[in-house]
Amino acid sequence: MSARVTLATARRVLWQIRRDPRTIALLLVVPVGLLVLMRFVFDGQPQTFQAIGAPMCGLFPFIIMFLVTSIAMLRERTSGTLERLMSLPIAKVDLLVGYGVAFGLLAALQAVVVCLVGFLTLGLHAPHGAWLVGLLAVGNAVLGMALGLFVSAFARTEFQAVQFMPALIFPQLLLCGLFVDRHEMASALYGVSWGLPLTYAYDALARATRSGALGGRMAIDICVIFSATLVALALGALTLRRRTA
Amino acid sequence: MADTAIEIEDLHVVRGGRSVIDGLDLHVAAGSVTGLLGPSGCGKSTLMRAIVGVQILQSGQVMVLGEPGGSPQLRRRVGYVTQAPSVYGDLSISENLRYFAAVVGVGQERVGEVIHTVGLAGREQQIVGSLSGGERSRVSLASALLNDPELLVLDEPTVGLDPVLRAELWRTFHELASAGSTLLISSHVMDEASECDALLLMRDGALLEQTTPERLRQQTGEQDLGRAFLAVIEQASS
Repeated sequence: MSARVTLATARRVLWQIRRDPRTIALLLVVPVGLLVLMRFVFDGQPQTFQAIGAPMCGLFPFIIMFLVTSIAMLRERTSGTLERLMSLPIAKVDLLVGYGVAFGLLAALQAVVVCLVGFLTLGLHAPHGAWLVGLLAVGNAVLGMALGLFVSAFARTEFQAVQFMPALIFPQLLLCGLFVDRHEMASALYGVSWGLPLTYAYDALARATRSGALGGRMAIDICVIFSATLVALALGALTLRRRTA
Repeated sequence: MADTAIEIEDLHVVRGGRSVIDGLDLHVAAGSVTGLLGPSGCGKSTLMRAIVGVQILQSGQVMVLGEPGGSPQLRRRVGYVTQAPSVYGDLSISENLRYFAAVVGVGQERVGEVIHTVGLAGREQQIVGSLSGGERSRVSLASALLNDPELLVLDEPTVGLDPVLRAELWRTFHELASAGSTLLISSHVMDEASECDALLLMRDGALLEQTTPERLRQQTGEQDLGRAFLAVIEQASS
């Protein structure tokens, strides 16, 4: 592993995105727009907006970074640049961490914007501080990115890659407890929800956005998010092949 | 071994359930410009992939610069340019090269030098996606030149280039060879064969002939290398 190559990769990925201002605008505007939309959809139910909208501030970066990374990595695979890199003296971890740093920074920017709007102007509150929601958002974004890197190996085309989002992310959103308390689900689904990383990501955000002690569960949530990220990155590294058929 | 850049014994490669290379042996001398010639689909690219170590092999031995092909030490010593330009279309020429320079660990001053070598000086800030196909493949070539590799494997580097540019690139290839590099260059255009020191003629995954332009002309009595290649094919199939 080399810090020079990792940082060069992160810079290269950011440079690529910088060339695409519309994508940057979408990354920053879309979550805010959706949050504003939710605010007025739940106009008569401010408690519901708080219960769903506040954690959503930290979940948007997870969803969006998953999608963006899976496409970015697929492009790298299909354009031949991955094959070139794999024939050069670059460690796989340099490439993966480089992507992580770049998208982590982007996610931080996204989280700052959405948290500023949500907590300062839309009346959401974060009893433990909006910074905690922001930090969790960045952690979740890196998790989303790691999952996106991994699943990009299973898509041959962009059409396939975009479908991984409804296929892999929507079920997690439904089961994580955001819309329905997990205890009220069919018991099999409740069992499944324990095995999904987004359950822990949501639990941490839910704790950060309601009053009361954070508790030991928060620490466990953060550990699970961190471990799931490492596992996804390791699986992603396995899909980067020096030799292909 | 110092005078041998590539040594292949009994190579077998299967791609997509089809045998693409079936028992191939070859030898490429160091410091030469060797042309790998043959019709499209004859296995040239697969052979090159095997040499640079990105191809899964069924069996056989590939030795490159005295090391097994694809070994980590070779990643600094071998340059590979794929047929389709493998550079980032959304970055400028110099941004692409600065990134690859950081990856191979050479100073940024090399960026300007290789841009000059491939004839793109003055265009550094242009976005690669806006370049023509030939220009894009020159950016791809420049990326492979950054660390002065001892062996350069170039897959159809002159496809789609105008004759002037093609002549310039061949001049560059000879300069690199006289500076000590070994070049293996594939082409399906036989008129480029006369530019090479040595020739590998390939057909249907097998090596038909390992020769030189002069020997090929003498052997077949044809001055035109395209016809000479056809004569070799007829000989082989009769």
